[in-house]
Parts: sequence; C-alpha cells; structure tokens
Amino acid sequence: MLTKRIIPCLDIKNGRTVKGVNFLDLKDAGDPVELAKKYAQTGADELVFLDISATEERRATLIDLVRKVAAAINIPFTVGGGIASVADVDVLLRNGADKISINSSAVKNPNLINEIAAKYGSQCVVVAIDAKQIDGDWIVHLVGGKVPTEWNLFDWAKEVEQRGAGEILFTSMNNDGTKNGFANEALAKLSEIVNIPIIASGGAGTMEHFAETFSNGKADAALAASVFHYQEIEIPALKQFLKNQNIAVRM
Amino acid sequence: MKKNVNTVSQTPPLGAGGLAIIDYGAGNVQSVLFALERLGFEGNVTNDWNAIKAADKVIFPGVGEASSAMKMLEDSGLDVLIPTLKQPVLGICLGMQLMCQHSEEGNTNGLGIFDVNVVKFSNEVKVPQMGWNTIYNLKSALFDGIKENEFMYLVHSYYAPLSENTIATTNYELAYSTALQRDNFFGVQFHPEKSGIFGEQILKNFLNL
Repeated sequence: MLTKRIIPCLDIKNGRTVKGVNFLDLKDAGDPVELAKKYAQTGADELVFLDISATEERRATLIDLVRKVAAAINIPFTVGGGIASVADVDVLLRNGADKISINSSAVKNPNLINEIAAKYGSQCVVVAIDAKQIDGDWIVHLVGGKVPTEWNLFDWAKEVEQRGAGEILFTSMNNDGTKNGFANEALAKLSEIVNIPIIASGGAGTMEHFAETFSNGKADAALAASVFHYQEIEIPALKQFLKNQNIAVRM
Repeated sequence: MKKNVNTVSQTPPLGAGGLAIIDYGAGNVQSVLFALERLGFEGNVTNDWNAIKAADKVIFPGVGEASSAMKMLEDSGLDVLIPTLKQPVLGICLGMQLMCQHSEEGNTNGLGIFDVNVVKFSNEVKVPQMGWNTIYNLKSALFDGIKENEFMYLVHSYYAPLSENTIATTNYELAYSTALQRDNFFGVQFHPEKSGIFGEQILKNFLNL
C-alpha cells in the first residue's frame, strides 16, 4: 500500500540553514548536509530544500549544496526557490536533485511547467502554491504571500495539473506559522478536483494535525519545518502515532 | 574533495570491464552514480558500444517520457545493442519499461526483452503514484537480504502488469510487476538509488550477481 509521506523542509540561505534548527547532537546544525542525513536516518520520506538567498553567488552555492546532499542521502529530495527557466532545472537535476519546485515563476510564465514536464517528465515537477483565504475565496499569492494574483487556488491547481505538474505543494497562508493545524477543507477539495498528489503545508503543531490532514484533508504528504527542527515532534514517534491511527506510513 | 574510503576494502567483484551506465540523454544518472559511490563502486557513464559490450554489469537508467527516450536510444543505435547483451543488465524505472514489448505512453515500441505491455494507471487512483510502497513475492537473487513487504520509493504513471517475468509485486490500484527478470535482464520499477539502505542493498546484490 502506498504510504503517506512526512517531509521536513529546510530553508537555505547562501548554503546554510537559516531558521528553526536546534539539533543538540549535531556538530553544525547550520549545515544542511548534516541535517539532511539526520532526517534521512530518522525516517523522513523525502526532503525539501527551499533556497531563499538573494545574492548573485546564490546559484553556484546552491548547486554545490545540491551535489553534497545528493551524495550524502539515499532518499528523494526536492529543490525550490528562484527557479525560472529550463536551464535552472537542468543544472539542479544534473547535480542530483530528484524534483524541482516552482512557484512564482509558474504563475508569471505558466508555460514553464509544460516545458519542464516535456523535457524531464512530470514526476520531477512540483508546483508550489501559496494561497490565502479572503472572504471565503482562496486566492493564490506570490512573494511569500505578499502579492495577490488573479488566480483562485482551485482553478490554478487544475491549470498546473493540465500543464504537466506531477505534484502540488499547497501552503495555506492562513495556517502557516499558527501551529493550529493544516487547511484540511481546502486540501480535501484540492484532492477532489485534481488527480495528482497533494502535499499539505502550513500549520503543523501537533501529531494530531498530521493525522487530521491525512484523514480529513486527504493529503498524500505533509510538510513541516519548525516542529521538526526544534524537535517538538520526532519523526519516528510521529510515524508510530500515525500507524496507531491506522494511517499507512513507512516504518 | 572527500575520498571514498570504502573503495579499497570493498573491492567490487567486477572484472576489467567494470560497470557501464548507459548514457542516452534521458535520466538522472547522477543519483545512481552517487548511490554506487556510497557503496564503494564506480560507474562508467557511456554510450560507447564497445565499452557497454565489454562491461561486467550494465545499468540502464531512465526518467522522463517513453517515446522521446526510445527515440534517443534509436538515434544512438543502443536499441539494437541492449537486447544482445549477455552480462547482467539492470533497467531502472523508465529503463525497465523500455525493456518491455510496448508502452502505452506515446504508443512506444520497446526493446521486447520482457514479454509484457506497459499501460497507464486509471483515474481511480492518483497518477503518478509517488512515494513509498511495499514489494512482495520476491523471487530473485536481486532481493537477497530483503524481507517481504520492504518499502521502496516509486514515481510512475505507467506500469507493467504481472507476467511470467515478474520477480516482485506491488499493489497500486491493482497488483503489478515492480520488478521483472528474463535470463540476464533485470528491471525494477522502483528507484533503488533513492530507497534508503534496502534500495542500496538491491543495487549491491545486482553488482554481486
């Protein structure tokens, strides 16, 4: 049986992890490679690296990091942040990334999804969607939720699926950072209207939240950052908890 | 650069021909190379006929779309070479699918090594299947040391139905072939290079065949 995935997300700036990293037993908790190994060993099903640096040298640093991570870990990982062309994708995949995640660039140039899917296959194209619920409507936002777009979440999800996205990473801006649980109603609706896997993001605070997003939110995977980085939730304990709730997980 | 300290102590049982990884422009070869490196092996990424023919083991990777990958194979003449190989050959993911008779993806004629036609999952399930699923009914030395129902990482929209070549089964919508074998030819739908320590064990088993 296909299992539900648990995905820690690491924010990267200039080749270092930036926030919320607090592993006492690591020599260098700012080293993304050390953290990636730690997560792979403790049962993470995949990893996501989100590059948030803004300097000129960022590309070279990121590529070097991707190579080191790919050499060190034996589970799949996705790289996102600042990918705007097929050439950007090419260099990341050639250096060992398994999937890439695009967000703003897909909204600005939807054809990018088609181009990447045609060249490398849908399986490596994750479209990240940040949306905020305003007066009942889920509106897609850019730049970390600062800039609203014309797109409704569900219309945009259908659009990216048709264009060849292999997976959707949906972050609810309303839930992100609250630790009050994922946006399960919107997630369940997403799973109804598209037929590609959905990763839930934004709002993880307790183990129950993960169980709820898999059962009520029908999510295929759940992504979180701080609850894992601060060891508020340990992945082996989380998986045991989910298993006890009859949710299929890889133990 | 970090040196691979395992290379000497874990000398691969490969002869002078070494390990060839077929390079035809499709596929994430780097992930396979890194996995081999972690196991202390080196691979020669090549599209050279002589190097491939002379290799002790051959890995045939592949991700992407079937018809364009097949086209690339044909352009380099590798579609003729691969079915004639005598040493152990391991197709991974799309590589395995291309070793079958035909794929519904792009209505593509394959290499015809495995007598089975690759078809698409229905909309009853999410497509692609993406994530960790179990493999069972393991029937090959490829799975030495792997217990029934071990987890492997899979990403695919098309599948090979069960056939007499099936050496491992996975359930998604239905029971299908997650690994195939005929004579010296092996194919796995899952990604051993991304399936944790048990995936690495399968790669190691192949290299030790």
